[in-house]
Amino acid sequence: MSTVTISSPVTNSLTAGKLPKNAPLMVLAASWLVVGAFFTVIFLSGASESFNWAGTLFFGTVLYCIALYLFSYFVEGIRRAKDRLVTALVAIAFVVAMIPLISLVGTTIVNGLPAFLTPTFFTESQRNVVGAGGGALHAIIGTLFVTGLATLISVPIGLLTAIYLTEYGRGRLARGITFFVDVMTGIPSIVAGLFAYALFSLLFNDPGIRFGFGGSVALSVLMIPVVVRSSEEMLKLVPNELREAAYALGVPKWLTIVKVVLPTSLAGIVTGVMISISRVIGETAPLLIVAGFTSSMNYDLFSERMMTLPVFVYNQYASQGADSQAYIDRAWAGALTLIVIVMLLNLVARLVARTFSPKLGR
Amino acid sequence: MIAFPVFDLKRILVNLKRYGRPAVIAIAAAIVLSSCASNEAGSTATDDAAASTLSGTINAAGASSQGSAQEAWISAFQTANPDVTINYDPSGSGAGRETFIAGGTDFAGSDSYLNDEELAGTFAACAPDSTAVDLPVYISPIAVIFNVEGVTDLNLDADTLAKIFTGAITTWNDPAIVALNADADLPATAITAVHRSDDSGTTKNFADYLFQAAPDVWTEKPADPFPYQTGEGAQGTSGVVDAVTNGTGTIGYADASRAGDLGVAKIQVGDEFVEYTAEAAAAVVDGSPLVEGRADNDLAIKLDRLTTDASHYPLVLVSYALVCTEYADAEQGALVKEYVSYMASEDGQVEAAASAGAAPLSTDLQAKVAAVLETIK
Amino acid sequence: MTTAVDRIAIKAKERPGDRIFSTATVVAGSLILAVLAAVALFLFVQSIPAFVAPADAFKGDFSNFWSYVAPLAFGTAWSAFLALLMAVPIAIAVALFISHYAPRKLAQGLGYLVDLLAAVPSVVFGLWGIGVLAPMVQPFYASLVEWFGWFPLFAGPVSGTGRTILTVAIVLAVMVLPIITAICREIFLQTPVLYEEASLALGATRWEMITMAVLPFGRAGIISASMLGLGRALGETMAVAMVLSPNPEVIFQLLTSQNSNTIAANIALNFPEAHGVGVNILLATGLVLFVITLIVNMIARVIINRRKAFSGAN
Repeated sequence: MSTVTISSPVTNSLTAGKLPKNAPLMVLAASWLVVGAFFTVIFLSGASESFNWAGTLFFGTVLYCIALYLFSYFVEGIRRAKDRLVTALVAIAFVVAMIPLISLVGTTIVNGLPAFLTPTFFTESQRNVVGAGGGALHAIIGTLFVTGLATLISVPIGLLTAIYLTEYGRGRLARGITFFVDVMTGIPSIVAGLFAYALFSLLFNDPGIRFGFGGSVALSVLMIPVVVRSSEEMLKLVPNELREAAYALGVPKWLTIVKVVLPTSLAGIVTGVMISISRVIGETAPLLIVAGFTSSMNYDLFSERMMTLPVFVYNQYASQGADSQAYIDRAWAGALTLIVIVMLLNLVARLVARTFSPKLGR
Repeated sequence: MIAFPVFDLKRILVNLKRYGRPAVIAIAAAIVLSSCASNEAGSTATDDAAASTLSGTINAAGASSQGSAQEAWISAFQTANPDVTINYDPSGSGAGRETFIAGGTDFAGSDSYLNDEELAGTFAACAPDSTAVDLPVYISPIAVIFNVEGVTDLNLDADTLAKIFTGAITTWNDPAIVALNADADLPATAITAVHRSDDSGTTKNFADYLFQAAPDVWTEKPADPFPYQTGEGAQGTSGVVDAVTNGTGTIGYADASRAGDLGVAKIQVGDEFVEYTAEAAAAVVDGSPLVEGRADNDLAIKLDRLTTDASHYPLVLVSYALVCTEYADAEQGALVKEYVSYMASEDGQVEAAASAGAAPLSTDLQAKVAAVLETIK
Repeated sequence: MTTAVDRIAIKAKERPGDRIFSTATVVAGSLILAVLAAVALFLFVQSIPAFVAPADAFKGDFSNFWSYVAPLAFGTAWSAFLALLMAVPIAIAVALFISHYAPRKLAQGLGYLVDLLAAVPSVVFGLWGIGVLAPMVQPFYASLVEWFGWFPLFAGPVSGTGRTILTVAIVLAVMVLPIITAICREIFLQTPVLYEEASLALGATRWEMITMAVLPFGRAGIISASMLGLGRALGETMAVAMVLSPNPEVIFQLLTSQNSNTIAANIALNFPEAHGVGVNILLATGLVLFVITLIVNMIARVIINRRKAFSGAN
């Protein structure tokens, strides 16, 4: 990180005053204590039934921001005060963003673990299972197949389009593609599903058509714009000096792109592809329409219904039987599985990106 | 990734050695996982003495209310007949009827019977000049569930219930409710009445009951969407149950099997307050006449919502199986006939009651359905 | 983009590899246009019966398609707007925290955590919204109505379950946060180190460095990222359908049981039981959503085009 803080170890009359190093922490603790004391008084006086933890944290943090700003303002001047305030706000924003994440992942883990840990969850399907038991193997396989194929379709198309837009595209076609890719991000997932369904039921003249490939196509419609937009942003950030240096050495343009531009932005592109996979792997509505659901295994993307994890989760939740807890457990376990799958994918992608991208300054 | 082929192979191999282990493990795990599901490989394990000769695939779609019952039936039927695969897509009654009419499915599940217009048309899966019939296969009492602090028992009559759901009564200590529940300690909490936000046969049956039993208050004709713009909407039975469970001062309606630990209101029938039971629900269906002016083998039921017999629970939903009287494909017809016969049989009804909380058809009605199924080709 | 080589009229020799590669990219780009045209055409053709449908084809008291779709369009825009209002500032802050504030070793792991959020299926957001979030915020809503009920947006009566449009907006914000954060983070990390070090060397504080070097550099990217987030917020189906308590009216109030529904959620709720012209009506609302994103993106394009100066490839 290039955050070289301008701090001088020697105090002299030329620099303004400086708060001690651990001042922010102390101010934070003090603010929480003060507000905590205030709420304790309220609690002891009997005005409220229990000690207000949420209020203490919230108002304590607000007080911290104000106090830190004021201290810094009087000791260090307005520019430092602003810097400290923003640092505090950025850190708080991060914590705020973490709250739903932790709550969500925590809820999923707590609710999902019981069924997740049953040995049959990864070795059995739901065929002939009523009530407790069975597993989600059919859904796991379905999700890997359907999303995998969608990725195979989307990444080449999306990446090539992004290359076209940054390296070749000029004029009306490029502007048109940029614009319509943006529009494409707004296709509601359910419409993508309806489109795939209408397309294939027309092509094969079968009103009840349900198959995995249709799901892949629907997901690709959702995935391509995300791949294009994120890859385009990353390719744009490759400094022109690199390209010019390659041209100057007589490297053909396509090799420049493949050997210089792509590797330079590889980490970003991989992140983008991962986001796009994460974006579609949890889609429920389109798969419900075009891939349908089944309780049996199906390895063939091109015939018969194929179960996927999000549909599995939805189905377990929406059509619970008399022993509803078994269904809810399986729903959460399915969600947990999905998160674990994406986690593994992310991990692999990061390793790939780190291994193959050239070492930069950071 | 598209850029890979141009990388120097040696470098990839070296890097794979260093970093590829997790990837290899993941791939290996995927391969292990993708071996057959252990519960499916052993379909030959059911070597019964009376090994079934049936084989084939039945595709069906329709009412989601039957969904969990169908799951139980399919499971039992597939276990008994290992070579049969049945798919039931709970896509909704309307969609179920439509795909059945278009020939996309072999039979449909529906919360409402075929209307005259649909009956007058042709059914693509049926033999020419034959038509389709409605067979009741699933009865589910609808429970009025509530979640009010300190209240465990609640008596309601149709008028009060209608007023709550149309927004005329807004607090739990309203005189109308207090009058029916002298012993209950009703709080001044506001009422949040939760209805289905999606189209549903449950809503239609609930509305039909109120439309007939409380005509002064509930003036909208029963239909799949909830007609009034008051209260709170929630998606599906699960959504309603969740909203009622997590809210305060909430009331809603849902399939009785899903009432769980929630409070369930008693409905006034005649002079008494009746709690739902499977028997009472089956009794009201049994006591109701068939819809007039239809073919003899069509068992569409006109539910008697105004019954005053206290052994009846009139807030019920009846779901039908729609089958052809003669199938274009005779073999397929035989398979469907076999499966639907199982659904309406004593065994099938007991299975549905155990796993989906349905009210079994009375033996009388079972016999009627079986008689109709006899004639199906 | 134009290269220096192009600008001065010396033309480099065009090799077969070049021709194949550039053709492939053009084909890929055109394929996207073709797919989009197919989707649009499909939507439009399917929508035609809805535009001329009689009043009784619509559920509720609507005279024609436009009066039916108006509240839905409003609800879609309103919930997405509220979601972005919460998500964008937090996403930028989180991205900055990861790229410029957090210790180097920690940052990787943190980025990873946020990426995880993107993977959570929308159904789970729905489950979490009903089961955890709504009951948690309901008491807070109740006191908000009690104290600030005079403010039109917070007018009562408060929902008894907390399943209001504000809850939906929070859920949507959480859903789009990882998308916006991930892209912003990558862009902030690409800020030329020289710019940053130069401003620090001139005595700028970290915040001044960020406002002068990092944010201007990443502005177009931030807008792009927000647009991707907006796309998801506008089109999110299952989570909204599960969490929201809908009503077919234009309603600004944030905390009551009656909320304008969104187009996508309305399709999800009504599609299973829809038949005949009902299906066409729902598809036509999908077309409207399509047009809304078109307009929003046009506006965003205009903003981006105004400030192109900092793009590295230029």
